[in-house]
Amino acid sequence: MGCICGHDSESREKYLAPLKSILKKYEREERYLIPILQEAQGQYGYLPKDVLKEIASYLDLSLSQIYGVVTFYAQFHLKPKGRNVIRVCTGTACHVRGGAEVLKAIENELKIKSGGTTDDLEFTLETVACIGACGLAPVIMVNDDTHGRLTPDKVPAILQNYRAREKAAV
Amino acid sequence: MIVYPEGVFYCHVEADDVAEIVEEHLLKGRIVERLLFKEPLTEETIPSYQDIDFYKKQHRIVLSNCGRINPESIQEYIAAGGYEAAGKALTEMTPEEVIAEVKNAGLRGRGGAGFPTGLKWELTRKTESDKKYLVCNADEGDPGAFMDRSLLEGDPHRIIEGMIIAAYAIGADEGYIYIRAEYPLAIERLELAIEQAQNLGLLGKDILGSGFDFDLHIKKGAGAFVCGEETALMASIEGKRGMPRPKPPFPSVSGLWGKPTNINNVETFANVPYIINYGAEAFNSIGTEKSKGTKVFALTGKINNTGLVEVPMGITLREIIYDIGGGMNQGKKFKAVQTGGPSGGCIPAELLDLKIDYESLQEVGAMMGSGGMVVMDDSTCMVDVARFFLSFTQSESCGKCTPCREGTKRMLEILNRICSGEGREGDLELLEELANHIKETSLCQLGGSAPNPVLSTLLYFRDEYEAHIKDKRCPANVCEGMGAVYVIDENKCVGCGMCARVCPIEAISGKPKEPYRINEDLCISCGACAAKCPVGAISQG
Repeated sequence: MGCICGHDSESREKYLAPLKSILKKYEREERYLIPILQEAQGQYGYLPKDVLKEIASYLDLSLSQIYGVVTFYAQFHLKPKGRNVIRVCTGTACHVRGGAEVLKAIENELKIKSGGTTDDLEFTLETVACIGACGLAPVIMVNDDTHGRLTPDKVPAILQNYRAREKAAV
Repeated sequence: MIVYPEGVFYCHVEADDVAEIVEEHLLKGRIVERLLFKEPLTEETIPSYQDIDFYKKQHRIVLSNCGRINPESIQEYIAAGGYEAAGKALTEMTPEEVIAEVKNAGLRGRGGAGFPTGLKWELTRKTESDKKYLVCNADEGDPGAFMDRSLLEGDPHRIIEGMIIAAYAIGADEGYIYIRAEYPLAIERLELAIEQAQNLGLLGKDILGSGFDFDLHIKKGAGAFVCGEETALMASIEGKRGMPRPKPPFPSVSGLWGKPTNINNVETFANVPYIINYGAEAFNSIGTEKSKGTKVFALTGKINNTGLVEVPMGITLREIIYDIGGGMNQGKKFKAVQTGGPSGGCIPAELLDLKIDYESLQEVGAMMGSGGMVVMDDSTCMVDVARFFLSFTQSESCGKCTPCREGTKRMLEILNRICSGEGREGDLELLEELANHIKETSLCQLGGSAPNPVLSTLLYFRDEYEAHIKDKRCPANVCEGMGAVYVIDENKCVGCGMCARVCPIEAISGKPKEPYRINEDLCISCGACAAKCPVGAISQG
């Protein structure tokens, strides 16, 4: 069976090689499922079906059981994500200080809804319950950078910065 | 930054200011006036941080090291008296004596419910088993709370020390810290701290020659609020979907992998070294009759000084908001303070003199919770706040039990309807009925407390709900599309014409210097005019 990218068995092996070296670090016990998923997602950017199948056979768990865990936790993704991940805090402090307006501004700017990814795979937009930076409300995180005390009009410049960085890096 | 020994406090310091501070203060001994803290209400400048109201009214036990020592150095923690309590407990006290000390101190769980910590330890101690676990709940999920994050980032060794003492008391040889993956810096510092403690023989085999073994692991959460519930948290550590199960059996009898397990919150562990070092009396002399010691609150919202505050139990809300918090932002009027996150409630102005402890907060329909405290002013719509919390708990409901899964969904539908101007007669009664059923019949405390924000706002701000339903009007001008059109108060209007310029459908007309008028048939209730009006002359019908 070929992998999702339609490659033959040789390239499938190559595709799964990083996963195999992750699996080697863990004993074959259910308790390691979540750490393995976290590391695998770190490697692949999301959790492709073939990766999940491989994990299932390694831990001797059914694929449906793993699918159950993956879809339970907000951190895991079954679809590819953008190069830049924007997390808009929707916590209480951000809410009362206008976080919803900031989210709307980003949605308008990128023309995607929360949970979506732009067609060019530049940005994925997510909301999180609370980043724990309430003193800076309203807050967003782009990748690992925190941007605080935002207003909707500051949004385009911030996003442009990341776009520019991507272009410059290429 | 604070310059010792005088304790001079400079705020909003930028890199460019450093040269001046070095030149003037450090070399010449002259205080740089322009960088001193200004009391927001009196505009008075205050040089020493001990005299600033924000610090003066606080009583720092668990936060005593935060910001003072380098959290990445175990030596600095030890120099500040760290690991003395662990040494005392392991070499001079029996586990029973440790438990007795914590019980006498009256320490209660800081995660929100307030269960007596010593009693919890005793229950786990008494269950016979070949293996016991100790878990630290650092799955700080309440929106608006960040004290656990700050503690773990600012003083990780204090938590580890508290856990060593607790593990010794209950007889556990293995521990887990379950922490949110959204807190990468806290995880990094904890990992480093555990490694340092292992290297000094404070974790591992035969700690301090006492014959007691204890190993500690970090388990990263994967983004599920319900995992803050202890049985769900344990399911998650085991690698399963983090769903709660019925209690009993309690974790003290059957927890992780069926073994007796003791779970405490980060802040609870952080209090333990103090109690062992200074004794139960030093701790229980602070606080109220039933709630001892201090509590850390995350003070945020429409207030001048935001941040973490550690205050003695029994302090009033007024002291926290006006003395420590420096009063309302931009001089606006206080409307309510929300405590306890999605499990808590909104407390109105008439209860500002309430002395805070576990019981008093519960009596007024709120909750200590993890200690989030969000201050709201007139521009906050209480119906929208209730809806906000409910949409949070509804989306975080794990779906295992029907009251929480279906009930919160139906409640949210009603609130959405009210906020969009389609509320009906009888909606409030229906909300109350649903809320009470959900509270009584949910499997865990997520559902058991989810209706609290709605019930408390219905209790104190029922008029706002009624305005939404009967008058199709949002008194705080937050809910859009309520349907009620805007009108201009002719007596207040100064005829500047700003409203006419921002109106997207040109429904406003008039001549400069004369009162403007909104065409009621055209108005789409967007509120753009009201937001722009410099004299506050525009409001909803």
